[in-house]
Amino acid sequence: MSSRRSRSMQSGASRNITDDQITDLVSKLQQLIPEIRNRRSDKASASKVLQETCNYIRSLHREVDDLSDRLSNLLATTDSDSAQAAIIRSLLM
Amino acid sequence: MNSKRFSPTSSTIKSRFTRRFLRALLKINRQRTRTPSSPMEICQRYLKVKLAADVSMASAVGSRRAWSRAMLAKIRHGVRTGSMCSLTMMRKRKIYHRKKSTKEVGIVGNAKVLRKLVPGGEAMDTCSLLDETFHYIKCLSTQVKVMTRIADQICST
Repeated sequence: MSSRRSRSMQSGASRNITDDQITDLVSKLQQLIPEIRNRRSDKASASKVLQETCNYIRSLHREVDDLSDRLSNLLATTDSDSAQAAIIRSLLM
Repeated sequence: MNSKRFSPTSSTIKSRFTRRFLRALLKINRQRTRTPSSPMEICQRYLKVKLAADVSMASAVGSRRAWSRAMLAKIRHGVRTGSMCSLTMMRKRKIYHRKKSTKEVGIVGNAKVLRKLVPGGEAMDTCSLLDETFHYIKCLSTQVKVMTRIADQICST
């Protein structure tokens, strides 16, 4: 069933008006992803942009994981009072 | 400044996320035991922090976005079933990261991969998927920036 859906999506992408919307969104994503932005190529293909998007999301997930790890270790090693103080200070900032 | 790049809603999302996440961190910090932590406790604390980050982000965005709705629903469902398989989930995720990216090419192939990455992506059409992805990436990078700043703050004391 999912293969039928993907096949119909493929034919839709090559014909329909949604092609324009897809190009719009792809160009938006292009500006957001640092790798493509730095290369300064306006001609990045849609599939390349999507691929870079997936890689970028994965790297962001990894960064969040690492930061959570770092934060939990910091909370464990700093003594309770100074951690509380630092957190409250960040709240006020 | 970064705020110039983001629309006004993003900066309030940032402050909402910061407030919620810091409150959750305070709670987690209070739950600390005085005895040295076992590896299980360390792992649980890491998961609590990560969960707090995800929940704070999703609730800061609210139900305006499909991905935040899907994420909150998934978290609530996970809490209800009391997933003790969180350890295996964490390991699976790490293994998934180490695998090479799929060999599928073209828009459809990459869209399929994207669907798995964005919460709630399975139930969306390609157009809204790209839209949600755009917003999701902005929020994820906000999350990373805020968490980095908090970690630096705690470090510097």
